[in-house]
Amino acid sequence: MNDLLCCLCGLLIALSVYLLLSKELMRWLFGIVIFSTTINICLLLAGRVTGQYPAFVSEKMLALNEYSNPLTQAMILTAIVIAFGLVAFTLVLTRKVWIAFNTTNINLIIKDEKRQEE
Amino acid sequence: MSTVLILPFLICFSTVVLTTLTWRRTRLQKMIHLIASAVFLFSAILLLYKVRQSDISTIAVGGYQAPFGILLVVDYFSALMIFMSAMITFVVGLYSLTDISKKLQRLGYYPLFWLLNFGVIGALMTGDLFNLYVWFEVMLISSFVLLIIGHHKSQLEGALKYVSIHFLATMFMLLAIGLIYGLTGTLNMADLNLLLAQSQNPTLVTTSIVLIVLAFSIKAALFPLFFWLPSAYHTANGTTAAIFSGILTKIGVYALIRTMTLLLPDNVWILTLLLFSATMTMITGVLGAVVQYNFKRLLSFHIISQVGYMIMGLAIYTPFAIAAAIFYTVHHMIVKTNLFLLSSISIKIGKTSDIRKLGGYYDRYPVIALLFFISAFSLAGLPPFSGFWSKLLIFQAAVYSGHAKVAIAALAVGLLTLYSMNKLWVQVFWKTPPPRPDLESNAEHLSYYLSLLPCVILASMTLAISFFPQPIFDFMLQVSQQLLHPELYVQAVMQGRHV
Repeated sequence: MNDLLCCLCGLLIALSVYLLLSKELMRWLFGIVIFSTTINICLLLAGRVTGQYPAFVSEKMLALNEYSNPLTQAMILTAIVIAFGLVAFTLVLTRKVWIAFNTTNINLIIKDEKRQEE
Repeated sequence: MSTVLILPFLICFSTVVLTTLTWRRTRLQKMIHLIASAVFLFSAILLLYKVRQSDISTIAVGGYQAPFGILLVVDYFSALMIFMSAMITFVVGLYSLTDISKKLQRLGYYPLFWLLNFGVIGALMTGDLFNLYVWFEVMLISSFVLLIIGHHKSQLEGALKYVSIHFLATMFMLLAIGLIYGLTGTLNMADLNLLLAQSQNPTLVTTSIVLIVLAFSIKAALFPLFFWLPSAYHTANGTTAAIFSGILTKIGVYALIRTMTLLLPDNVWILTLLLFSATMTMITGVLGAVVQYNFKRLLSFHIISQVGYMIMGLAIYTPFAIAAAIFYTVHHMIVKTNLFLLSSISIKIGKTSDIRKLGGYYDRYPVIALLFFISAFSLAGLPPFSGFWSKLLIFQAAVYSGHAKVAIAALAVGLLTLYSMNKLWVQVFWKTPPPRPDLESNAEHLSYYLSLLPCVILASMTLAISFFPQPIFDFMLQVSQQLLHPELYVQAVMQGRHV
């Protein structure tokens, strides 16, 4: 299970890097979304995902690796909220760019800027 | 004691609340802002004074003790940086009274300004790695909005670069936090100091620390991750550019110094990497500045080059070098903020940021010329100004520890800095101005003198450092002694308990 998730993380990072390098702002935005989600999965992995019991001390004392660590899950929740705010902001930023330049292609935007400077 | 520790924090937060409540009442909001900046500065001075008396102080938030709870830790270095950022906030806050229009105020400028400070203070005080990430995000989101507030078309491109690179930086940091937590099961920085050193898996430890260093290098605008800075800073309005240049990149430097002295002290591999990166940062930054003719872009490139000096001090990693780096940081925060403020004033008068089209300020605005002279030639390192002492100290540290090549690079960069400051001086102040019929003398306003007041304060601080460097450097030596003995920090946080 862990190995599978590690492979998934690698794949998703590759995908998001490809999207982040794109000239098209909407793709870049999706790259950001996928990247932040993947990092959250990595955090989840750090706290063991395969533990089957809730993290309470029960009568039968289990070995530590039977539990999932709840703290990483709390951290992921925080990270998700923050990433959500950031994504919302970038979405608005992209919209502003589209309104101002009538395109979301970075090359065309830079060309437009150059023309204005001259 | 604990009240004093948490006071700057509380002041920032309550000012965010108060300025939000007075959103529509612009005059009242400015009044609250002004009072808050003065009180904030006062609380920071009090904090510095208290920490001087009792070394490292901690608060366990919510009563959960280390290493389980989140701790606020203030040592000499954090107290010094809190004092410096409160000083910059106060001065820039004074400037903002004349600079921030009602329109910007209605867009919520002041709540964001204080939210930024809130994040800065949090990042400077926290003793927990994940908490540091959260504070960085608070700082980041407010800086995003401050950067594009009022959204001119020209601000968008720089903001895009700024947002995407900083987003990646925080994600790297989060990944490193995940790795470290998986390795050690703790995120308390003092606890990590104990556990990372004896970890079974030193390769993974170094990898995760490199990820953190990478994240902070982006924030501090180190080579080769600096390109966002000159394309974003010059589009922001005067107040924002001053506060960004004075505080934000220096928080990256603070975080780097903290990581390299506390989390993984004296890691030769990373320090060598940082030394190389610092040298390249100095050189590329100043070369960028040499070819620029846009006033603020030129100054932005100088931020990059100067950050190189600070990180060079860290990378040499002797008590003297780190003290020199901190001295440099303090000198730089004052001088750079002043230069940005003065450039904003000059641009406002001349209505263009192209220095080839400005000119004749020496005759017409002698006060600006004097203040600019002090700051610019302090930055360039001309004796007897503060920049000379800080460059001398860094240079000495490099020579004493046998980094002759780096010392030569630092000297050459100093020369080029002097050249580009000279360029500014000749173009803006000495040259006869090109004929510009659209300029009338609009400087005789009260607001002109009011906007010069913060610059006078900063210039006199520069002069104070220039003429009395010794007592200040003595304190910096104490700071670096404390930084290089992380066991003191660990002891204060753990209070003798070993885990």
